[in-house]
Amino acid sequence: MAVDEKLKIELGKQGVFVTTLQELYNWGRRSSIWPMQFGLACCAIEMIATTMARYDMARFGAEVFRPSPRQADLMIVSGTVTKKMAPQVVRLYNQMAEPKYVIAMGACAISGGPFKQGYNVLKGIDRYIPVDVHIPGCPPRPEALLHAFITLQKKIDEQHLTGEERPPHLDGGAQGEFPVPEYGEHDLEPPSNPGVWPVPITIR
Amino acid sequence: MKSIEEIKSAIEAAVSGARVGIVPNGSPSGQHSLLLDPQHAVAVAKFLRDDKELQLDFLSNATGVDWLDKEITEKVKVTRPVTKTVDGVDQTMEETVEETRKHVQPGYLEAVYHLYSMARKHGPVILRMRTGNRTDQVELPSLTPVWRSAEFQEREIFDLFGIVFTGHPDLRRILMWDNFKDHPMRRDYVEPDDFEYEPTAHDEVLARAAAHRAARQGSAVAAAEANAGAER
Repeated sequence: MAVDEKLKIELGKQGVFVTTLQELYNWGRRSSIWPMQFGLACCAIEMIATTMARYDMARFGAEVFRPSPRQADLMIVSGTVTKKMAPQVVRLYNQMAEPKYVIAMGACAISGGPFKQGYNVLKGIDRYIPVDVHIPGCPPRPEALLHAFITLQKKIDEQHLTGEERPPHLDGGAQGEFPVPEYGEHDLEPPSNPGVWPVPITIR
Repeated sequence: MKSIEEIKSAIEAAVSGARVGIVPNGSPSGQHSLLLDPQHAVAVAKFLRDDKELQLDFLSNATGVDWLDKEITEKVKVTRPVTKTVDGVDQTMEETVEETRKHVQPGYLEAVYHLYSMARKHGPVILRMRTGNRTDQVELPSLTPVWRSAEFQEREIFDLFGIVFTGHPDLRRILMWDNFKDHPMRRDYVEPDDFEYEPTAHDEVLARAAAHRAARQGSAVAAAEANAGAER
């Protein structure tokens, strides 16, 4: 299936272009990742800067921010997810079509950040939805977001079209929707989704 | 601007029956505040807004304070009759004894308002109102009919401290969701135990972290036992 790299280069010199369907398919997917247009906090300002001319996310095929989850491939959770906002974020993720990816951007989105000991902030969006790339930073610089984006592109490139590791949209049995937490009397219920985020146990 | 004592006497002259106290502020800023009684608070607020000399037309900030029950220990000198036998004769003498008395000053919730005057360019004048206690007498009159900018801030006080403002046009929670039951800014609020503590916890946080880890380890042991049972 895979073409020998050296042979491919040699053939390329002769004007013969060799590829596989998987390479072509993944190249198309990774070169047109459309992020969803929504921001939660100050990280969103850095995300906006990333899309503008100086950092120019369009170089990677991701300049088309879609205002509808139905047209988006990538959710950039850019900022603090409050407990009041968390159900809406999960619902937006559920509304996205496969294949879909999530970048958790900044300290708040990955862990609660400076608000970790507070009562009103979710301690990381990975408690409810699967996250592909985490970026630390408060906020992360645009370069960091670009790095996360390139990391995601590499991840997409390595996905096989068949077999166990195939992406969810080619796997009919894969879970695409995740339960939306409900507002409880003291906290969100459930406080995390154990299927996505097993409660870590630290034994000292 | 008038001094705080002058404002107090102006209020008492204008609003009959209003009881106004002064809560002194010992810091260099010396921003003393006026303690209003809830019955006359709206009338006093209207006077402060409409008075020609004060014209406090701008409410810049409204916030809450939670005061817990306080145990006060004081030493009191008490004179009481003591019977003593001196030279075989019983004599009743007055004796002064120092006694330590303790009493609990009940806690209360407090709403604080900072007023300025845009027209006169002076301020701040600080108002305070106190509830009867922290549990069932938590009603205070709303000052939203006087200053519109109090609306959201009183909703926030209602949300986070649990003071119920009577006369407020739209008293709902503003930051937390509607069926949330607690008041997070109260001193006795217990937040959900939903994160791993940092390894460098100390003081009060260390105690909470130790309790958290004990609970997590207990549940881990229980889960392991359940797994072992399932395997058998």
